[in-house]
Amino acid sequence: MNAEQLIPFLASTASAATPLILAAVGELVTERSGVLNLGLEGMMLIGAVAGFAVTLATGQPGLGLAAAMAAAMGTALIFGVLTLTLQANQVATGLALTLFGIGLSAFVGRGLVGQTVDPLPHLHFPLLSDLPFFGPLLFRFDILVYGSVLLVVAVGWMLAYTRLGLVIRAVGESPFSANAIGYPVIALRYGTVLFGGAMAGLGGAYLSMALTPLWVEGMTAGRGWIALALVVFATWKPRGVLLGAYLFGGVTVLQFHAQGFGIAVPSEVLSMLPYLATIFVLVLICRNPKTILLNRPMSLGQNFRADA
Amino acid sequence: MIRLEARTEASQKMMLASPLIAALAMLVTGSMLFVFLGQDPFHAFYVYFIKPASTVYGVGELLLKATPLTLCGVGLALGFRANVGNIGADGQLTMGAIAGGCVALYFPDVHAAWLLPLMLLAGALGGMAWAAIPALLRIRYNANEILVSLMLVYVAYLVLSYLVHGPLRDPEGFNFPQSRMFQDAALLPVLVHGLRVNAAFPLALVVVAAAWFFCDRTLAGFRMRVSGIAPAAAAYAGFSERRNVWLSFLISGALAGLAGVGEVAGPIGQLQPSVSTGYGFAAIIVAYVGRLHPLGVLLAALLMSLLYIGGESAQMELQMPSAITGLFQGLLLFYLLAADLFIYYRFKPRLKLAPPAVPVAEPGAPS
Repeated sequence: MNAEQLIPFLASTASAATPLILAAVGELVTERSGVLNLGLEGMMLIGAVAGFAVTLATGQPGLGLAAAMAAAMGTALIFGVLTLTLQANQVATGLALTLFGIGLSAFVGRGLVGQTVDPLPHLHFPLLSDLPFFGPLLFRFDILVYGSVLLVVAVGWMLAYTRLGLVIRAVGESPFSANAIGYPVIALRYGTVLFGGAMAGLGGAYLSMALTPLWVEGMTAGRGWIALALVVFATWKPRGVLLGAYLFGGVTVLQFHAQGFGIAVPSEVLSMLPYLATIFVLVLICRNPKTILLNRPMSLGQNFRADA
Repeated sequence: MIRLEARTEASQKMMLASPLIAALAMLVTGSMLFVFLGQDPFHAFYVYFIKPASTVYGVGELLLKATPLTLCGVGLALGFRANVGNIGADGQLTMGAIAGGCVALYFPDVHAAWLLPLMLLAGALGGMAWAAIPALLRIRYNANEILVSLMLVYVAYLVLSYLVHGPLRDPEGFNFPQSRMFQDAALLPVLVHGLRVNAAFPLALVVVAAAWFFCDRTLAGFRMRVSGIAPAAAAYAGFSERRNVWLSFLISGALAGLAGVGEVAGPIGQLQPSVSTGYGFAAIIVAYVGRLHPLGVLLAALLMSLLYIGGESAQMELQMPSAITGLFQGLLLFYLLAADLFIYYRFKPRLKLAPPAVPVAEPGAPS
């Protein structure tokens, strides 16, 4: 292995990690407020198809990203109404959202198969991008690669140091106490669910607008579920998502670089790696029940009603 | 103004009415969608929901597709009752198909009657083995079974893809990624000549009856139900959570594996890169719509099967997109979850009461 092989590998790792970071950080905020949305995969697909369709129609990637966020927020709103207002079971509703997202995205995207858009432009920093080694490694990505890292920092800061973060955590740990001191639990949870939806939509759009700039039915291929596992892996801390997503990104792109590295195994085995790795890290993190008990928001997955 | 009021006990009537309301709401939305697609809603409704099941052949297809949905749905329902989240039935189905298919391919010259039972057994064991992984990891390492079982679906797809592209590929198959066709002795006999519905359907009916007995008449079934409804009570009574997780996964894995054999030894007749049309996932909806009850699952499987064949019929006759089936499936579950609200709550008109002049304090009352 030499630098000429390593640089593209590491660079594509960052690209593959970006949708995972976006979706997982959104879900992390949702879960910190006590809501478990298993519909990540569905929301990502909706985002992917909406972003691709609008970019294709308008030629404006910015509009595409906005549409992806809006569309995924729309589906997140359905989840919110069902679980927060109508008290439906969060696990069942999340599964429904995923199945609905798979169906709706395939339906909307039926005319888009086989078309392609220009991938999100890569930024060019004067001088920095032209540096040998560090240029291609750090300074030639599209805006969302940097944006996703910024998002991790911003959400980490928000949760730890701001009043909003404190309230989100309070609601997630004990909605009844938070309600008793007068915080609007349901309204806040609507907010975090919508934020989770927007980020999942952005993550999905990254797949169809940057990573592989085309639309394929079910193109998320389980990334929504991997992002859900990443939140557990990160023990509900944003910086852990960053680490986990880059590890997974590396495992995911390994299959495209394996030949160059001289790894000779069937391609199917390499394609299995991200899924097997997800199982492996889940086992690793959950093995110690205390890790989960100490970090998991106490009210995760439980519905709240003020008069209950 | 109206407001929600919690019922003192769950409404049994709503419990049964809710799937009907959901199905009705789905049909109404569907008809609106047909209009949106520029179709005559009544004609499209007829082509989608009535015509496919109005011929003898159509009924055969309905039962054919309801078979894997029933088998997977019954297994998942047992697990969901005990709060065990197996959503990887599609992977277990695929593994069952591989295991059963391998038996058929290993004995190409056998034409004896023992071949099919052996294939079914291998399929059940294959699905069971695949389901045992999330069960083991949940029990030994506390790993979330929803995520693990889902991840294993993708792994199972890839195992099948590897096998049909490599070791099991038909050497005389012009390099197509599929195994050779199974011999007649490895195919499930059809029930009625000219139809495709086969012996797997009565098998599914037996499974429904057995599961009903298991749920309502055995101690193990009772333990699983209590664990789902009242985990604390179950723990206090000393019901083992481990046993519930194992039972849920092994039963649902075995049934999904049987469904897999039913596909490859039935309508497909060989191993190919994909052996399931999302039956394992649709079975999640089937389980919920069927109220997690074996008999309900059977009815819900028939409805879901109608969505499948209706989609095909609408695609052929009206050039409607095939993806509409998936959309209807998702909608159905959404409507069900929304309608389920009325099992536990009811709407009450909000009465305008004059506020008391002096706030009444009740000593000791929880606020």
